[in-house]
Amino acid sequence: MKIEIQDLRFIYPTGLEALKGISLTIEAGEQVAIVGQNGAGKTTLVRHFNGLLQPASGSVLIGDWDVKKYSVAKLASRVGYVFQNPDEQLFSRDVLTEVTFGPKNLKYAKEKIDELVKRALSLTELTDKTETNPYDLSPTWRKMVALASIIAMDTPIVIFDEPTTGQDAVNVARIANVIAELRKEGKTVITITHDIDFCAENFERVIALSKGQVLLDGPAREILGQEEILAQTYVDPPQLTRLGKRLGLKETVRNQEEFLNSL
Amino acid sequence: MAFVNLQNVTYQYPLTKTPALQNVNLQVNEGEFVAIVGPNGAGKSTLCYTLAGFAPHFFKGEMSGTVEVAGKESSKSTLDEWVLNVGLAFQNPFNQISGAKYTVFEEIAFGLENIGVPREEMKSRVEDAMALTGIRDLAERSPYSLSGGQQQRVALTSILVMRPKLLVLDEPTSQMDPIGTREVFGTIRKMAEEGMTVVLVEHKVEWIAEFADRVIALKDGSVLLEGKPNEVLTSELLAEHGFGLSRYTSTAREAKKRGIWKKKICL
Repeated sequence: MKIEIQDLRFIYPTGLEALKGISLTIEAGEQVAIVGQNGAGKTTLVRHFNGLLQPASGSVLIGDWDVKKYSVAKLASRVGYVFQNPDEQLFSRDVLTEVTFGPKNLKYAKEKIDELVKRALSLTELTDKTETNPYDLSPTWRKMVALASIIAMDTPIVIFDEPTTGQDAVNVARIANVIAELRKEGKTVITITHDIDFCAENFERVIALSKGQVLLDGPAREILGQEEILAQTYVDPPQLTRLGKRLGLKETVRNQEEFLNSL
Repeated sequence: MAFVNLQNVTYQYPLTKTPALQNVNLQVNEGEFVAIVGPNGAGKSTLCYTLAGFAPHFFKGEMSGTVEVAGKESSKSTLDEWVLNVGLAFQNPFNQISGAKYTVFEEIAFGLENIGVPREEMKSRVEDAMALTGIRDLAERSPYSLSGGQQQRVALTSILVMRPKLLVLDEPTSQMDPIGTREVFGTIRKMAEEGMTVVLVEHKVEWIAEFADRVIALKDGSVLLEGKPNEVLTSELLAEHGFGLSRYTSTAREAKKRGIWKKKICL
């Protein structure tokens, strides 16, 4: 499902102008990473996609829906949003109830709910933890519960807000796998991340925000090599991209495979 | 004697079946910058809580062995004595911000107020700490109106302002942008050079390689390995136990496997 943003502006009640005229189109099935300095407006931007925030001016279309005309509850059938901090999201007494809550509210048929929940739990490797209280799990696993409860809603658009924060290598790989599965299903995946190596390895398109505006937008290969412009929004190119540059490689390399092949 | 000295420390949270730390021995010298690495569930945060006195003083549970910082023993101290020497910045800044203050400035002053620092001194210390972490422009904002990374800087600043002898940081930059992360690591390094002892938990190993003096690898509540960053972080043992590697290390290893790289694996 397509997302169209036209000259979006947003001002917080404190007077802070967080978005200063953003125009973007994200096509159905695209995998997009949003990067940029703390306070650049990344979270503010994506919170417009599911109606948590309303534009001061400009417009956001989710498919044919203008977000100004639809409630958060309604938009939840099109846009799933995994919070940066799972503790702001989780509230049920056990993992199964938590993961079932979303699809149940979307009023899917019972069989479909069971199937979606089963799949979400298996993708996030939570199948053996269904009866546990989410708050008895470690922060790592709480993050997976937050992921599962959104994936289970089967929305065409899924947003992850800093999914790899505080996660070890094994769990980062698990999250990458979830994103790859969603891509196979043709879903649009939008991820906010500071983990630029994770970004380079899992996303084809990168949008860099700076001070409420789009600084760069394009294929990851083009964007991630632009060290000087990225520095304006406090982003470093990925480790291997930087190393490749220092070694004088002609092409911008993004990951291990590209790096080794270009040697 | 070492500034931080843990002898045979075993700790188990209430209502749990297995200890979170098992027989941990750890010595850190004054002014040393030590990084703790390990997979999720290895006991890294619990080690932070132990150094900060929260385990067992706040969390209760069972602790054996001795925890000493600056010549004082945790089991013989109260938490309010302990916090004068040790400051901990939480992994999740949201759990740390008091909720009792309207502005960042007041939030950072909160700890100083509690230990009765005179008003004028308090103001200048807050100003200095904010300058150190680059958040002066946030002074009048509400802590809750900030982005994740900005909140994390506030949380760090509100600990630095206390000028602890031992600074314990649990993934202090996990929500920060990359260049901001570099700045904060630089600040922490500077604090260590000025004599503050630093223990820091971190998943991003490339930063440890650049800034830390020594690395301790934890696994299942015990110390698996310790030593210089380039020795520990390139060890085969770490890769086998599911620790994260820097992209440089993993790529060098793969290159070696394919016969492209013949030299030693470095960071």
